[in-house]
Amino acid sequence: MGYSLDFGWLAGAAGVIARGAAMTLLLIGVTTLAGTFLSILGAAGKRNGPRPLQAAIGVYVEVMRNTPFLVQLFFIFFGLPSLGVRLDPILAAMLAMTLNMAAYTIEIVGAGLDAVPRGQTEAALALGLRPRQVFIKIVLPQALKVIYPALTSQIVIMMLESAVVSQIAVRELTYEADMLQARTFRAFETYFVVTMVYLGLSMGLRRLLVAGGRLALGAGVS
Amino acid sequence: MIEFTFWDIVRNLLLAARWTVLLSLAAFIGGALVGLVVLFFRIAPNKWVKRIASGYIALFQGTPLLMQLFLMFFGLPMLGLRIEPWTAATLGLTFFASAYLAEIWRGGVEALPRGQWDAGASLGLHYLQELRLVILPQAFAITRAPTVGFLVQLIKSTALTSIIGFEELVRTSNAINNATFEPFKVYGLVALMFFVMCFPLTQYARRLEQRAGAR
Repeated sequence: MGYSLDFGWLAGAAGVIARGAAMTLLLIGVTTLAGTFLSILGAAGKRNGPRPLQAAIGVYVEVMRNTPFLVQLFFIFFGLPSLGVRLDPILAAMLAMTLNMAAYTIEIVGAGLDAVPRGQTEAALALGLRPRQVFIKIVLPQALKVIYPALTSQIVIMMLESAVVSQIAVRELTYEADMLQARTFRAFETYFVVTMVYLGLSMGLRRLLVAGGRLALGAGVS
Repeated sequence: MIEFTFWDIVRNLLLAARWTVLLSLAAFIGGALVGLVVLFFRIAPNKWVKRIASGYIALFQGTPLLMQLFLMFFGLPMLGLRIEPWTAATLGLTFFASAYLAEIWRGGVEALPRGQWDAGASLGLHYLQELRLVILPQAFAITRAPTVGFLVQLIKSTALTSIIGFEELVRTSNAINNATFEPFKVYGLVALMFFVMCFPLTQYARRLEQRAGAR
């Protein structure tokens, strides 16, 4: 075999890996906020919007869920400039991730909205709240509480999926790993270390989201 | 420069789509076989065996598939195996699929009432017979919808093998795009082809789910 593992390069690479991880976290942070917001609008639109909007959201969800994220990313980054929309890699990555995540979370948020009993809306309307207030103050918080575990899983999945955006030269964790292995010629060791960093990130992110959910939405969220 | 007509692009993409289909099938079948072994470990009575299987599943579900493919591609040659993109892609996706399928099926096994095991035991079946004759057929039946759903995810995941150099749909489309400079058309067509492969399966999974819900 004659191959021995060598992790000697690791000490000099810690800073680069940390920077890549920070970019990955930034991407998923922005995506989480924008994607959740978009999916609340989408889920509400799919239930109460005009017919054409409902149909359009339905088509959007099906198209995004049945095509690979990598192709969506290439379409946005390479395809949109031919329509005159030129995005820098980071923006393109954030846009692609947000649009992809929203397609999944629209269904999740929708399920949450359906789970809130109709009586809640009726009671709030009877108390004189305007429809928008009813949605924001009464229905939405209860729906979010129900779907929070599913939302957490989707965020972690999206974080792992974000490794792909290295392909359009966003300097996140995978991109830094590619650069490192090109410099150290230690491909296996480099990808092994970075894989473990991803494992740590996904476990940490899940813990953080669960703790945050407990704090923001009250106990009972697992 | 060679001129590409629209039909040249479509024909080349369709030829490449064969490999996407073939890889998906190979990974699904391989993943089902390995996944079955992982499932046996995962539901074994022994605590340590169970823990090993949980660790295996957590590892594959907690790291990006792209990293798993890279490790396969760069790691296997160190074991003295000559590795090509096709082998790395198939093996990588097989292990990836095995972890997810084992977890899906475990859900099915645990959803069965305890009485099914007891009934099997009282009929004099030993552990493996219980699994084969009583537990697994029911577990597979109630997890058919998520299994088909995962197949859709697996088909989409084959796109990542383009990055380690496997000539499937996306890699071919990159090459065509580099020659034609028509990314909108090329990637649009690729998306359409994936959609045609995945959408019927998604609908099928949805029907299975509704049928299960109605029961």
